[in-house]
Amino acid sequence: MKDLSYYPGCSLHGTAREYDDSIRAVSQLLNIQLHELEDWTCCGASSAHCTEEELAIDLAARNLAIAEKTHRPLLVPCVACYSRFKAAETALREHPEEVRFPYRGNVPIRYALDFFSDEPVLEEIKKRQVKPLSGLKIACYYGCLTVRPPKITGVREYENPQHMDRMMKLLGAEPLPWSYKTDCCGASLVMTRTDIVKKLTQRLLSMAKDAEADCIVTGCPMCHANLDTRQGELKKEAKEDDDLPVLYFTELIGLALGHKDVKKWLGRHITDPIKVLSKKGLM
Amino acid sequence: MKPSEQIVQSRHSFLSEIVEASGETLQACYQCQKCSAGCPVAYAMDLLPNQVLRHIEYDHREKVLGSKTIWICASCYSCSVRCPNNIDIAKIMDTLRTRAIRSGITPGEKEIPLFHAVFLDTIKSKGRIHELSLILQLKSKTRDFLKDAGLGWKMFRKGKIKLFPSRFWSGKKVQDIFEDFEKRERT
Repeated sequence: MKDLSYYPGCSLHGTAREYDDSIRAVSQLLNIQLHELEDWTCCGASSAHCTEEELAIDLAARNLAIAEKTHRPLLVPCVACYSRFKAAETALREHPEEVRFPYRGNVPIRYALDFFSDEPVLEEIKKRQVKPLSGLKIACYYGCLTVRPPKITGVREYENPQHMDRMMKLLGAEPLPWSYKTDCCGASLVMTRTDIVKKLTQRLLSMAKDAEADCIVTGCPMCHANLDTRQGELKKEAKEDDDLPVLYFTELIGLALGHKDVKKWLGRHITDPIKVLSKKGLM
Repeated sequence: MKPSEQIVQSRHSFLSEIVEASGETLQACYQCQKCSAGCPVAYAMDLLPNQVLRHIEYDHREKVLGSKTIWICASCYSCSVRCPNNIDIAKIMDTLRTRAIRSGITPGEKEIPLFHAVFLDTIKSKGRIHELSLILQLKSKTRDFLKDAGLGWKMFRKGKIKLFPSRFWSGKKVQDIFEDFEKRERT
């Protein structure tokens, strides 16, 4: 049994509920105990770092201080929160005089995709797998903050990352080579310059389709929202014709482990993934 | 002597202000344009990222702080990782946005800074982001009530929209963080 503190972040209590549900469910199956961080508050993403740098560090540091008290590593499923925590960790290491919380920089901060790609966790998944995801062709979409900036994420293959690809291969699926793994989806611009986000997501979707993907897989709630929810409009504007479902990597682990709630998670997506998975004989 | 010290001539220049605040030696830029070539949103900018750096060096404060570019930048860090001179351009964009808000110069993009202000207000008042409150707040300012209404309804039916914010007791602690910060800013 492995114990981790868990910081769900605001999105996972709202639009990314299925990510929250699936990560908790999958962890339980793998004997990983998640303890939701008591009394957590917003990390400040997407806005604090853009406009008030010091405030951004404080908002993140408050949560890091709570996590440090638990003496457990901190698991963060949202990559925007993860990036803010790591940025605060780095800034406070360089300027310890600016620490305004009882925080000494001793919390290992782990992004969920990185954690689930660790060898021991992969071995555990393999051991308990009941359904290989054979025949499922996947465009692994890492997005920006999963890999960049590498001085914060520590990812070495930041132009062509492989860890999600390795995980999908282990699940029995076929990760495809494609050139848009780490291209930006526009993130929070969706609320104000929706036109930009539509242009970027349309390009991502069409490139994944060119690679002949059955679905896109991600570990970022913002990438998921942007890619999953805008397909209807793109179709109406005749910029895209077919649907391309977008899944969280935890949902696919859940499917491979035979979790009973997979259908419930997938039922919350705007672009239906169940059709494709049924066609492949996986549901 | 560090290059940053060598090149900054006037201590009161816009250039020295940005170099000092960001910690980035942007004078090392030799205009190779790699940042702009890889920027996914360059097409929507009025100044390309490499042009922003050059305008800073020329002390064109109003042009830079009033540009669309600093708000359009999505902080994807493609420019920062590819810069051959290791200039963290995305970080400079953060510094510029912070300065732009305080400058009184009319921003080149109207809604994006408004979104960030509403976002921070929501954190301050609620401690966490409740997405529906954020959207309604933003709409009350932009007056564009119909935008994404259909999509919102679809998401509601899928159980993706949480109607009420979570109840927890730390809201006040977050207000304290904001108030401390505002106090430090004033002094």
